[in-house]
Amino acid sequence: MKNRPRQNAKDTRKKVLIYSGIVLFLIFALFPIFWIFLMSLKTDKEIIASIPKFFFRPTLENYEAILFGLKAAGTETSRPDFILYFKNSLIITSGAVIVSLLVGVPAAYALARFKFKFKEDIAFTFLSFRFAPEIAVIIPIFVIYRSLGLYNTYIGMILVYQLITLPLIVWIMRGYFEDIPDSIEQAARLDGYSWFSIFRKISLPLVKPGLASTAILSFIFAWNNFIFGLVLGAKETFPVTVGTLGFISYESVLWGQMAAASMVTILPEIIIAFFIQKYLVRGLSLGAVRG
Amino acid sequence: MPIKNSFSRRAVPYFFVLPALFLTIGILYPFILSLYYSLTDYRLGSAAIEFIGFKNYLVIFSSASFWRSLGLTAGYTAASLVLQIGLGLAGALLLNNDVKGIQVARSLIILPLMMPPVVAALMWKVIMAPNGVLNYLTGLVQFSWLGTNTAALPSLLIIDTWIYTPFVTVILLAGLRSLPQEPYEAAVLDGGSPWFIFRTLTLPLLKPFIFITALFRTIDSLKTFDIIYATTKGGPGSSTMLLQVKAYFESFRHYSMGSALSMMMVLWLVIFVMSRVLVGFWARSSRQALGR
Repeated sequence: MKNRPRQNAKDTRKKVLIYSGIVLFLIFALFPIFWIFLMSLKTDKEIIASIPKFFFRPTLENYEAILFGLKAAGTETSRPDFILYFKNSLIITSGAVIVSLLVGVPAAYALARFKFKFKEDIAFTFLSFRFAPEIAVIIPIFVIYRSLGLYNTYIGMILVYQLITLPLIVWIMRGYFEDIPDSIEQAARLDGYSWFSIFRKISLPLVKPGLASTAILSFIFAWNNFIFGLVLGAKETFPVTVGTLGFISYESVLWGQMAAASMVTILPEIIIAFFIQKYLVRGLSLGAVRG
Repeated sequence: MPIKNSFSRRAVPYFFVLPALFLTIGILYPFILSLYYSLTDYRLGSAAIEFIGFKNYLVIFSSASFWRSLGLTAGYTAASLVLQIGLGLAGALLLNNDVKGIQVARSLIILPLMMPPVVAALMWKVIMAPNGVLNYLTGLVQFSWLGTNTAALPSLLIIDTWIYTPFVTVILLAGLRSLPQEPYEAAVLDGGSPWFIFRTLTLPLLKPFIFITALFRTIDSLKTFDIIYATTKGGPGSSTMLLQVKAYFESFRHYSMGSALSMMMVLWLVIFVMSRVLVGFWARSSRQALGR
């Protein structure tokens, strides 16, 4: 009883410390995004002001410039190509995820459920794609694509993006399939189900939430990729990441439009990120941490 | 019947893996080709390819700029590991407190992680510009963070740390939340100080999670390319010329594919060795954490 107030004071002090720590951490994580968001609402004149402005009259002209190709005040050229890059990213990234799902989910199931020769070697091969330096693979692929006519095509891009999406999907989904108790599938086998119908009718529905979040996460990783588009694409197939860099070139530096483009680029990701939070840990660690 | 049955049973797994295997072989082919090219004098655009054995390797091993690049890459990786594991662990410990509003904080913290590193780097390039907001906030006048020889690499480390600390935090937070509660109750009853409990209880149990994050962070830091390409392109001078950036310019600016690939084979070997070491640490710490 006697030391109650003291205990309370100690608790309050601890709480204050925790809250201020969290706030500092959040400022560190969010200020750059906040700042670029502000910048996307400024005119170029305000952006290059020698004392950065926190208060100003917001304008949407940067967004208009990149989305509708209108001329922004003070800049002669705008980049209406941005829409094209955004579309390219959508096509390439969704294509890559769909191919990886079709091919990778059955493989993940087999790696989780069956015992067979070279199993771990095959699994490790998938993983090793994640570890290889991109330039090491990209040079021969560049040469092959040039001779096969796959350079600067959607199909070529979707194929090379398998390096990102396939290992992710195989390894994470393997973990989800392993989590299904053996007994459920054995019961189905006794009822006369074939392996394939067990996979399709029992196991697949059970991993649905994991499957959806894995697909989304691999979408994000593919969306974020830069180097494959840079080397293996040209204007017609450049993804949005390469496109955003184009706002800063030797000829011109369009800060405001670059900021607006950045915001548009990350918007889809920020929205979907909130939905897959629960599954994020497992995805980020390729299934090594069962969050 | 039993024979057919056992055959089809053995064939089933391969049937499931087959499509992925085809794709994998398609992907493996370039890998093998890259090893072969690293043993040739292959230049982009020239028709003749000559097998020259280990000459590319001998040339890069006797080149000071290669060793410098390798050293920069190693130093960059080590520094980013220390920074990010330290900050990430602090963040995870903070977010592990069940105070009001903590869920919102846990959601917001993942935002930097979700955006393309190139875009994140561009944002920081603006912030770190001579007339940028960072100079305003720190009171520096017209300081070029990314354009000064000695400051460029540390500036890149700041960007890298901003992007990837949330990754460490998210994984370690999941680790913290999965720890068993009983030992803590016992430790508190015994009157252990928070630091003592952290050192003797939390840290050993958390080690497997720390090594897993270290594994992923090490691999990706060794391969750093995007954020450098978007900001300094290896400069000023060659003060931020990490290995993958160097190999990019070697191949797509100077067209010396063979030479670039030999560097990449060395980097690959380094990544392989480092991942083996860290996976070993991870396995050992997992056994210890489980008390075996």
